[in-house]
Amino acid sequence: MNKLTKIKSKAVVLKSKDVDTDQIIPARFLTTTSKKGLGKHLFHDWRYNEDGTDDPNFILNKNDNEGSEILIAGNNFGCGSSREHAPWALLDYGIKVVISSKIADIFKGNSLKNGLLPIVVTEDILSMLMDIPRPYLSICIEKSELTLPNNEIFQYEIDEFSKYCLIEGIDQLGYLKRNINLIEKFEEKRLWTP
Amino acid sequence: MSKKTPLTLFEKVWNDHIVLQETKSTPAILYIDLHLIHEVTTPQAFTMLRENSLKVRKTRSTIGTMDHSTPTLPVNKFKDIEVAGADAANQVRQMISNCKEFNIELFDFDSINRGIVHVIGPELGLTQPGKTIVCGDSHTSTHGAFGALAFGIGTTEVGHVLATQCLLQRKQKTLSVEINGNLNNGVTAKDLVLAIIGKLGVDGGTGHVIEYRGNTISSMSMEERMTICNMSIEAGAKAGMIAPDDTTYNYLYDKPRSPKENDWDLALKYWNNLSSDIDAKYDKYIEINAADLEPMVTYGTNPGMVVNINDPIPINGDASHNKAIDYMEITPGKSLQNKDVDVVFIGSCTNSRLSDLKAAAHILKDRKVANNVKMLVVPGSQRIKADAERLGLNKIFKEAGAEWRESGCSMCLGMNGDTVDSGKLSVSTSNRNFEGRQGKGSRTILASPLTAAASAIEGKVADPRKYL
Ligand code: SF4
Repeated sequence: MNKLTKIKSKAVVLKSKDVDTDQIIPARFLTTTSKKGLGKHLFHDWRYNEDGTDDPNFILNKNDNEGSEILIAGNNFGCGSSREHAPWALLDYGIKVVISSKIADIFKGNSLKNGLLPIVVTEDILSMLMDIPRPYLSICIEKSELTLPNNEIFQYEIDEFSKYCLIEGIDQLGYLKRNINLIEKFEEKRLWTP
Repeated sequence: MSKKTPLTLFEKVWNDHIVLQETKSTPAILYIDLHLIHEVTTPQAFTMLRENSLKVRKTRSTIGTMDHSTPTLPVNKFKDIEVAGADAANQVRQMISNCKEFNIELFDFDSINRGIVHVIGPELGLTQPGKTIVCGDSHTSTHGAFGALAFGIGTTEVGHVLATQCLLQRKQKTLSVEINGNLNNGVTAKDLVLAIIGKLGVDGGTGHVIEYRGNTISSMSMEERMTICNMSIEAGAKAGMIAPDDTTYNYLYDKPRSPKENDWDLALKYWNNLSSDIDAKYDKYIEINAADLEPMVTYGTNPGMVVNINDPIPINGDASHNKAIDYMEITPGKSLQNKDVDVVFIGSCTNSRLSDLKAAAHILKDRKVANNVKMLVVPGSQRIKADAERLGLNKIFKEAGAEWRESGCSMCLGMNGDTVDSGKLSVSTSNRNFEGRQGKGSRTILASPLTAAASAIEGKVADPRKYL
């Protein structure tokens, strides 16, 4: 994982509400055994026609959205099952930040565990963003600040630990590995190991 | 002498596994003693190890079984038949090759040790008081019956434990559920836990670890205690625990993987100090009088929608209540008794142990399963299957007209092809009655093995007490 301190990017705007994990990545793609490559199935049933060709009307298929690192979506993003494939697919596609007025709890937890930043904004901000075709946003992870296209600054909430991991460019596993000497010490000093 | 702060069972086990204390901004690093793995929630975790050139830190503390997508048809056919669907077959194959590659002990198809992950841990004596136990499966709470801190984790965390033997965790709050008095005849541990969930609600335990206490619990067998702890998650709790006592030690003493000789004495000394201190404080308390309880059945689509078998289904409820009533095609204001049943399933990590099978067989002996009912009896492990066959239980089931299968999760979640058809109603001894849990469009009533067996005979939801 790369260190994430600032993100500046055009955002993709997905107007749908209640986008559930089945829409983010349909269940039939869950049998893959790697997180890599899931990006091509992201929003599969919206993104591709029956014959497998791109549906030109779907937002991700519009040329000017290529390379976006931010996804803006309608209220209640990520609801449904607890599958971790949803954030994996977004990350594999290249999305680093998801913005909505409500983001489902389990999805939020799974995202932070994997280095995807969920930002919850107010309804007003969301509707403003939805009205701009490709809003340009910048995010300062250090200050938990989202700078809107009108240069207003929105302070979003994030727990300290997740913020630390993003800035350090480590996921939870990276944090655990950093502390491997403590784990070794713990194993050594245990009086009675089952 | 300074007085030590009194601690609960959970706090003692938690404290003994802290590698790094939690702070306001960082979660604790918790050491894990036993990691149980199965075919469904591990493939990505192994791939992650491979992609990052990581090893399994403690292969000795990692044990694999196959249960979720395995067929329950006779074992000599395993090698010849495709595991239901290519995906399931692929998962099983991967599990075998991953365990081989990473040097993890796996209970393969032909192993007597194979079975549902939460059944075999205790059965082998791997589950022990004071241990931290995790598995990529929410019913890991079952192992708490031994005074272990046991909870389910996601696939990313499975990877964390494989690689570091540790997890990042926030300390949970404690909830004391105290049950006193004797259960009436025909009222089982399953009925008790359904009553507890009914009282707490499906999120009443959220953010908490439950400790079940009181004389009803201390007079229960280990199998009954496992049934109770198994369903802690259905009340929203992260884990459920019961203090170890002589019943626990007697159960563990001669199990294949329990500590032996000198280690046993050391273990016993440690285990004996685990019980909650007398004046320990919990964050929340509820109390239940066991003598008040009757056989319980769920009527809705979550385990908290539960009533006494003779009581009417509540008339008024919120939107989810009404949705559940519609889905289940039941009549509010009437009891579920005499409602036609299509399928009866005895099995799952909640109720597939020898005592559960004995209870069902007791009712089915010299009786017949109703013509309109398909009944499946699926033992929790190959060892339980063998034990039951030694007692002739398989004969009782078969003569009654039920199917006797190999061990596995089977119809609990219908991943292996054992499913309830759309629109059909099943009385099931499992733990979840969500929409479509047992198969697309299936409807589920959760009940005890006694109630399930009685319902099989009558072809209708039936009170088991008239058969005892
Ligand atoms: S029996 Fe059911 S609840 Fe238990 S582990 Fe298997 S699928 Fe999960």
